[in-house]
Amino acid sequence: MLRDKRLYLEDLTVSFDGSKALNGLTLYVEPGELLCVIGPNGAGKTTMMDVITGKTRPDYGTAWFGSDIDLLKLSEAEIVAAGIARKFQRPTVFEQLTVFENLEMASAGCRSFLKTLRARLTAAEKERIEEVLEIIGLSGHRWALGRVLAHGQKQWLEIGMLLMQNPELLLVDEPVAGMTPAEIERTAELLLSLEGEHSIVVVEHDMSFVRSIARRVVVLHEGRVIADGDMDKVQRDPRVIEVYLGV
Amino acid sequence: MFRPGRPLLLHDRAGTWFLAVLALVALVVPLLNQVLSASSPLHMSQYGVTLIGKYLCYGMLALAIDLIWGYCGILSLGHAAFFAIGGYAMGMYLMREIGPRGVYGNPVLPDFMVFLNWKSLPWFWYGFNHFLFAMAMVVAVPALLAWIFGWFAFRSRVTGVYFSIITQALTYALMLAFFRNNMGFGGNNGFTDFKDILGFDLHSDGTHVVLLVLTAIALAASYLACLAIVESRAGRVIRAIRDAESRSRFLGYPVESFKLWLFVFSAVIAGIAGALYVPQIGIINPSEFAPINSIEAVIWVAVGGRGTLYGATAGAVLVNYGKTYLTGAFPEVWLYVLGALFVLVTLLLPRGIAGLIPARIKEAKRTAGGTPKMDRADIKAEAIGSNESPS
Repeated sequence: MLRDKRLYLEDLTVSFDGSKALNGLTLYVEPGELLCVIGPNGAGKTTMMDVITGKTRPDYGTAWFGSDIDLLKLSEAEIVAAGIARKFQRPTVFEQLTVFENLEMASAGCRSFLKTLRARLTAAEKERIEEVLEIIGLSGHRWALGRVLAHGQKQWLEIGMLLMQNPELLLVDEPVAGMTPAEIERTAELLLSLEGEHSIVVVEHDMSFVRSIARRVVVLHEGRVIADGDMDKVQRDPRVIEVYLGV
Repeated sequence: MFRPGRPLLLHDRAGTWFLAVLALVALVVPLLNQVLSASSPLHMSQYGVTLIGKYLCYGMLALAIDLIWGYCGILSLGHAAFFAIGGYAMGMYLMREIGPRGVYGNPVLPDFMVFLNWKSLPWFWYGFNHFLFAMAMVVAVPALLAWIFGWFAFRSRVTGVYFSIITQALTYALMLAFFRNNMGFGGNNGFTDFKDILGFDLHSDGTHVVLLVLTAIALAASYLACLAIVESRAGRVIRAIRDAESRSRFLGYPVESFKLWLFVFSAVIAGIAGALYVPQIGIINPSEFAPINSIEAVIWVAVGGRGTLYGATAGAVLVNYGKTYLTGAFPEVWLYVLGALFVLVTLLLPRGIAGLIPARIKEAKRTAGGTPKMDRADIKAEAIGSNESPS
């Protein structure tokens, strides 16, 4: 089998109390690709994310990160260390720290008390923070406290905190839920700007948002992929129409 | 952001004022006591010197509590226990220092042991005839107790009000234990009738003045050490833990280990404060472990202002000054005043007295880590003010 993709999910099956949350799901993610996953409630989107991040173990199937990392053998922390970052739906940033300090907290590096006691901000770290501030568009708010940020800004900051760890794969759960139209537009720009640098998988309900960012859309239904391709192709797919409109 | 070698106080104006006032006290009190003759109206008596020394010891205890409560959200309602243990370690040295000058004239056994008909010194009293050994114990015993207690509590993820309750239980249990004669710590009466410390007479003004100056130095050093911690990256992790513990854990920080280090360090400061307290006051007994003492200390911090360090110390001094005055002038109203103070401060001054200081005095503009667009002092003042959750 070819091993040149970023993520390989093959034949994943997960059952909860007899019902199958995932039912033979097979999906590949290319390096640097921005992929949108859509599907009705219960289609298995969240379960798929849970399997990738090690929160849920599948009954059957394989999940490889690149050609050499078997995700099913790693703990959640090891998966994070391997370069997979997940953005949860509800933003959690450190409210009493500034935007800059939030990013500093997230930067890769020392974690123990004694080391952080002596840690100084290195030039490389500072440069990376500046870079991320630029990407997430919060350069002008670097000294603002996390808690004064608007909902959208918190989401961006959290994406920025994930970026500090330079993940190769970024999983983003419903990033635009609760955002204003302007924030949605800004989020689309942000995710598009990350394309190429990182592989990104976005799970989203908002169709117009998906249309604005997606090159490739995957539709899940009852735990398996029912359509895969660009937005126009997917929208014309009779099975997708059936699932979404109940025709 | 703290850089080794960079003047830490550069951006901490209120802290600089605090240290300046402390230095002034350490200079003026000895002058008023030693230089002015006893007939001068400005002369300060030994009682006055001791009183100020006592306030400074309480200030150190408040500092220790603020470090864990104000910055990490750990509300210890048993911190006076570490203070008392430090005091007992010092007391044991002072008891052995009495030697054959005791009532019963026993060169080795302190009076209370002779009175209890004990024939030999219990093993845990060995070494306390050496000052340096006793000083090591002042640090080591509170640290060890805090480490064991904290290890179990934090590892089991005991947080918030549950942690506060078990710290109350800790200090209460220690009080009951120390009340027992069999414990070998003088029971009900504790230790008293000290004669001298390192050969210096504990009844002379000079010794008390030196102890006061040493206390001021210890308080200043503790303040700077706490400031170095909270201004370091570790300090930011600690505040991050206070605000979003699971998020910090998710980022890979060993939350329990951070809490444990901080708790142990705080206990050590409290222990040293207790050790400085005992020779000045001249007595240590199990009532120092009383749960109310720890609660009072928390009130000092709340009154002074959490999360500022200097505010906690100022709160300790002011509340205790009020206590000294009121328990003398109107003894029956003191507890009502203390209760009302706590309620009023919580309702009207959530940032305590330190919250009344304008932000621009509190902190000069920083330049570290990029040029701030906003005045960071305002941000910080806001940050402290908003942290109003009770634990």
